[in-house]
Amino acid sequence: MRGVTIAKTNSLLARLARGPLLTLLLALAPADASPADRPRVVATTPDLAAIVRAVGGDAVAVTSLARAGEDPHFVDPRPSFVSTLNRADVLVEGGASLESGWLAPLVQNARNARIVPGAPGYVAAATGLTLRDVPASLDRAMGDVHPQGNPHFMLDPVAARQVAANIAAGLCAADHSRCGEHSARLKSFQTDLDARLSAWQARLAPWKGTRIVTYHNGLDYFAARFGLVVAGTLEPKPGIAPPPAHLTGLVATMRAQGVALVVVESYRERRNPDFVAQSSGATLVSLSTMPDGDGANAYTELLEEMIASIVTALERRPK
Amino acid sequence: MQPAFRGRWGAPALTAFTLTMTTPLEAAAQTNQELLRAMRSMEQRILQLEHKVRTQDELIETLRNTEDTEGAARAAGSASGDPASPATVQPASASPATVQPASASPATVQPASASPATVQAASAWPATVQPASAPWSPSQPIPLLSGSRGYLNLSLVGIVDAGWSTRRDPTRIQLGDHDPIRRGFSLPSEELVLEGAVDPYFRAAASIVFHLDEHNQTEVELEELFLVTTSLPWNLQLKAGQFLAEFGRVNQQHPHAWDFVDVPLIAGRVLGPEGLRNPGARLSYLLPTPFYAELALAVHNSEGGKAYSFRNEEALFGRDADVGDPHSAGDLLYVPRLASSFEVGDEHTVLAGVSGAFGPNASGHDTDTQIYGFDLYWKWKPVSHDGGFPFLAWQTEAMVRRYEAGQVVDLGLPRQTLEDYGVYSQIVYGPARRWVTALRGEWVDGDHGASPSDESTARRVRISPNLTFHPTEFSKVRLQYNYDHSAALESDHSLWLQTEFLLGAHAAHRF
Repeated sequence: MRGVTIAKTNSLLARLARGPLLTLLLALAPADASPADRPRVVATTPDLAAIVRAVGGDAVAVTSLARAGEDPHFVDPRPSFVSTLNRADVLVEGGASLESGWLAPLVQNARNARIVPGAPGYVAAATGLTLRDVPASLDRAMGDVHPQGNPHFMLDPVAARQVAANIAAGLCAADHSRCGEHSARLKSFQTDLDARLSAWQARLAPWKGTRIVTYHNGLDYFAARFGLVVAGTLEPKPGIAPPPAHLTGLVATMRAQGVALVVVESYRERRNPDFVAQSSGATLVSLSTMPDGDGANAYTELLEEMIASIVTALERRPK
Repeated sequence: MQPAFRGRWGAPALTAFTLTMTTPLEAAAQTNQELLRAMRSMEQRILQLEHKVRTQDELIETLRNTEDTEGAARAAGSASGDPASPATVQPASASPATVQPASASPATVQPASASPATVQAASAWPATVQPASAPWSPSQPIPLLSGSRGYLNLSLVGIVDAGWSTRRDPTRIQLGDHDPIRRGFSLPSEELVLEGAVDPYFRAAASIVFHLDEHNQTEVELEELFLVTTSLPWNLQLKAGQFLAEFGRVNQQHPHAWDFVDVPLIAGRVLGPEGLRNPGARLSYLLPTPFYAELALAVHNSEGGKAYSFRNEEALFGRDADVGDPHSAGDLLYVPRLASSFEVGDEHTVLAGVSGAFGPNASGHDTDTQIYGFDLYWKWKPVSHDGGFPFLAWQTEAMVRRYEAGQVVDLGLPRQTLEDYGVYSQIVYGPARRWVTALRGEWVDGDHGASPSDESTARRVRISPNLTFHPTEFSKVRLQYNYDHSAALESDHSLWLQTEFLLGAHAAHRF
């Protein structure tokens, strides 16, 4: 009698397991649980994710928290990021406070000892770089200055070269068995970048010393690398919205110095850049400054596009 | 330009000092004239010098660019062939063995402290981002504080309110302790926050709040002080100390995170003027689901004004309070919460939660209070945004309180269970960088206690539009109007202006 009851229960359970219960369990299970052998890498911004893809290839699964086209200073710390970080094996962040407005509480709440600062799975991309504009003193009257310096180093291919090496080191620490693979891919990424860098510099060589105005100090590294001179920014100080009086002064400076381009990130408002460009006779160029898409060459394609837009804008200007 | 700037103010000050020493007092006016002239000429000179320095800077920049370009080109050119060139000394790429040292100190941001491999890479590659070996120039910052971080983050959040209400004593209609509470000026919440990592296992935070009461006397309170674990296994996290109970949404927020100058009516009524917070401990579990889901259970002490609906010295519903001592674990306050979040498309994020607060109250023997809450936060923000704008956020919270009120023989009050409830719903819209406008509607109602005209339980409706200007994310100015209608007090109108500033470390935003 007893045995019969048990058998009945078993068959009920089995039916449940095959039916809706199984479906429910599958739905609840972590979506990316299957590739257990691939380390999960979370990058804070798409440019870092692109480098991870270039170095890690298929050996890693990469997610970027910020999305392309988003102002990386003001990313919403969506709760889903906590769950993403909870399962991460490696976290790649800029390391120069670009993400200071949103990242720290997410990492703290993720309860993941593998990715906290100091752990092997934590990579600060800026390690080994000498950053521009390191403030002599921390004074908010100077705007939103970051203690480590200007964090927009990723638009300099030479910095990206070093970042790729840092990321390779982090990936290697997370999965020793794949170190050789990562090293090989790092080498080919760097070789490719070196070749492209020469070509890019050659393309911009005729425009050496051209003066540009940017919105934020986000293009300083890029300009310095390619021989452009940033004559001013729409923001009077980093992170401070442009006041009209500053823009009037900026227009005067631009006219006096013959500034050719106003280069702004695509996510910026366009009213003020339009006004400044029109009043000064400069050409407005709106650029993506983060790679979009998840190809292995996303980073070099981004630089390629940026340089093409700038060269096109310069060539179209009346001499 | 830093040294020039300093000189500009330093030199006239010195001149002023010399002149005051040597000139008699009667000639003060004349001295001022001279001083002015001296200052003007000095300023001229300084401007000239500044100009000169600027020109030199540009020259240096140009030279540096040339140098960089040439260096990089040389290196890039040689990467394909010449083995003796610096480009072959590639950063940590040769073998796993060289890769590892770099990962040994991944937390360091500055090259000075980085491992030998990275330093070597940085110096071997001719075009580091800004060559450290470049000659010093006046425009080049002195890296005294480069990358240094303190052991703790220190900040002060100051709020100054000013305004007027048709209600002579606004404390009767403003329910929160950190609301503007009087005609004229209020300093409702001046918060000193200390926060940081204790060691690899704990983080800790304290927030000490100063505020002026209705007699302008300074009150100091330890609003929060807690320790939270960072490395418990199984997705667990333990928090201990005094902290804002994780009940709903607004109760967990400090005043500077509010979208309005005051606390919602329902929160003020059932969670109390100071918010629900008491010494206790909380264990939370992050569910291993693909979406965010967190389950938390907190245990707090149940006595005092910060456990307003529980063993509070202040009687609710016209009852006498007898706090007494807790007899068993059942006399503590239990606060469970389940929160979950998901994304709708690329632009919408929804966060919803259910909370409860269960514990004894002081109105009689074996009398308990249960509070249930539901909260919903829905935020729209396009993928492409400038400084976090534009955005639209909708937030709603509903709470129900079930209060078992004890018998009061003298007043003829029976033992009875009283229920009251309320809801607020708010829309916050940020059309463009710096500007945020919001509208909140509220309604509270429920059973009355001893007297039907009791202000604290009367039906009330409040409508509050406001407009906030954020010069930066460290300061704001807010203007809010409240239309308030209470069944016990008739209609009131209030207008509040709030300014807020943040000094020191900028705590990251929470969702």
